[in-house]
Amino acid sequence: MRLGNGSVRLGGAIFGIIVAVGVLAPVLATTDPSAIDPTARNRKPGAEHMVRGEDGRPRAVRHWMGTDTLGRDVYSRVVYGARVSLVVGVTVALVSAAAGLVIGLIAGYVRALDGVVMRVMDGLMAIPAILLAIGLVSLSRAGLRSVILAIVIPEVPRVVRLVRSLVLSIREEPYVEAAVALGARTPALLRRHVVPNTLAPLVVQATFVCASAILLEAILSFLGVGIPPETPTWGNIMAEGRALFRVFPHNILFPGIFLAATVLAVNMLGDGLRDRLDPRVGRRL
Amino acid sequence: MLPYIGRRLLATIPVMAVVAVVVFSLLRLTAGDPAAIIAGDNATSADVEAIRAHLGLDRPLVEQFVIWLGRILRGDFGESFFFKKQVSQLILDRVEPTLALATTTLLLTIAVSIPLGVLAAWKRGTWIDRAVMSFSVLGFSVPVFVIGYALIYLFAIELAWLPVQGYQRLADGVGGFLARLVLPSVTLAVVFVALIARITRASVLEVLNADHVRTARAKGLGELPVLLRHVLRNAAVPIVTVIGIGVAVLIGGVVVTESVYGIPGLGRLTVDAVQARDYPTVQAVILLFSVAYVLINLLVDLSYTVLDPRIRY
Repeated sequence: MRLGNGSVRLGGAIFGIIVAVGVLAPVLATTDPSAIDPTARNRKPGAEHMVRGEDGRPRAVRHWMGTDTLGRDVYSRVVYGARVSLVVGVTVALVSAAAGLVIGLIAGYVRALDGVVMRVMDGLMAIPAILLAIGLVSLSRAGLRSVILAIVIPEVPRVVRLVRSLVLSIREEPYVEAAVALGARTPALLRRHVVPNTLAPLVVQATFVCASAILLEAILSFLGVGIPPETPTWGNIMAEGRALFRVFPHNILFPGIFLAATVLAVNMLGDGLRDRLDPRVGRRL
Repeated sequence: MLPYIGRRLLATIPVMAVVAVVVFSLLRLTAGDPAAIIAGDNATSADVEAIRAHLGLDRPLVEQFVIWLGRILRGDFGESFFFKKQVSQLILDRVEPTLALATTTLLLTIAVSIPLGVLAAWKRGTWIDRAVMSFSVLGFSVPVFVIGYALIYLFAIELAWLPVQGYQRLADGVGGFLARLVLPSVTLAVVFVALIARITRASVLEVLNADHVRTARAKGLGELPVLLRHVLRNAAVPIVTVIGIGVAVLIGGVVVTESVYGIPGLGRLTVDAVQARDYPTVQAVILLFSVAYVLINLLVDLSYTVLDPRIRY
């Protein structure tokens, strides 16, 4: 069997590179991403700068992407920033898919709860995702966990809707009827017949959730309400670069390219997987 | 048609109720004392007591909700300790830039995305189609603020054709007003165009193969009248639906775009209020945007009866 189409392969390849960058960040980075150096502030990309190494001897560091207003190496920060984006994207996708699957199964199978659950989901979806996330992060001290939670909550209803509609059609299938006639109990029926048939569309949806979560995290950081500014995230690097954007556009350009490439890769992966696994699922809106 | 409108209006009530409960609980879910949080960091204990009494925080939660909802429905969103103003006044001061930005973006989007989508469907499989679809995937992936800064760099700094940032009220001159809206609207329109062009292409493709289109062509009608009168008209319902849903993307984009371009609108207000932990303002803005979103989608649903007279609910 051919593994995926062009979209899956290209998206997967770019995503793989970003994952490698994130995992190998300590090796790839040329300096400590949080190290402040007042003597090397606002350098242009490619500038070289002498620093005292661990052995006490001076060595030259090339700032491939320049430095920010605090003299931090933008390249090293961008490399470490991949970690935050990937962790947020993957965690949000997994948690939203799991929560959406459980709630969607309940709504689709327990008819008495369907109305209530879906009205709550409709209500949550009526609040634009960015606003809900901003409102939620404002409640607690911003950190990785609160940002993830703030992005999961607006994403879950979209998964619930999908799973519920799948369950509603699966439960009418002849094989489900046959299983019921043979005396299958509800938990076994859900586990053996219903859940496996929701997985393909769920994986596709989780990919789109991942892309949207990476974007949302960057937006929260950029607006200054997300992960604390010391942490190197792509959004934070760009937020830092805003003040001197006219003179040093590289602080926004480089993390922006990485962010766009990552989201593009995940979206392509999702599009390709959808065409392959399940042509019925519409695009995430 | 009237019963349909009535039922559709009724259906928005539970949605609005859930929105109200979520926004209300935003503040009650915080770890701290809501009265102290609303009063802000520089409040005296007398201030906090006054707010506690005003909000009825010593009463049961349900009663608090009813008090809060009653005030909201009368247009009383409380007072912002940070801006030292009534929240309702604050919102009135900031609504013009946001409405202007949203309107120009919506017009620009419709003017660009629908012809693009129709063209892509009509030229299906050609390089035009592929270019439109590639742009669409790209538009979804490049963050609004990256597009914003790229456009500022190119058109405002390098070429110096347009102002970098800021906003000018309509009352102070149409020229300056429009000049400052061009870049923000284009920025915000990119993702929206990507969305609408995609759905336009898909829904036009479905109609293009229909029998009535073949008949229209067979009777000798030119391609343009066929596309406009017979294809687009029948493809309109899904397009309008997605425009309605896409307003959520638009609202999210407004928050970011206003920050990038320094536009003093409701989006900028949201971010400022969150950073200042000014909860009455945060609640009011979230509520307002959500209500606007729900109402726009209500209008979209009602427009079906006009767009497609066969729809009888």
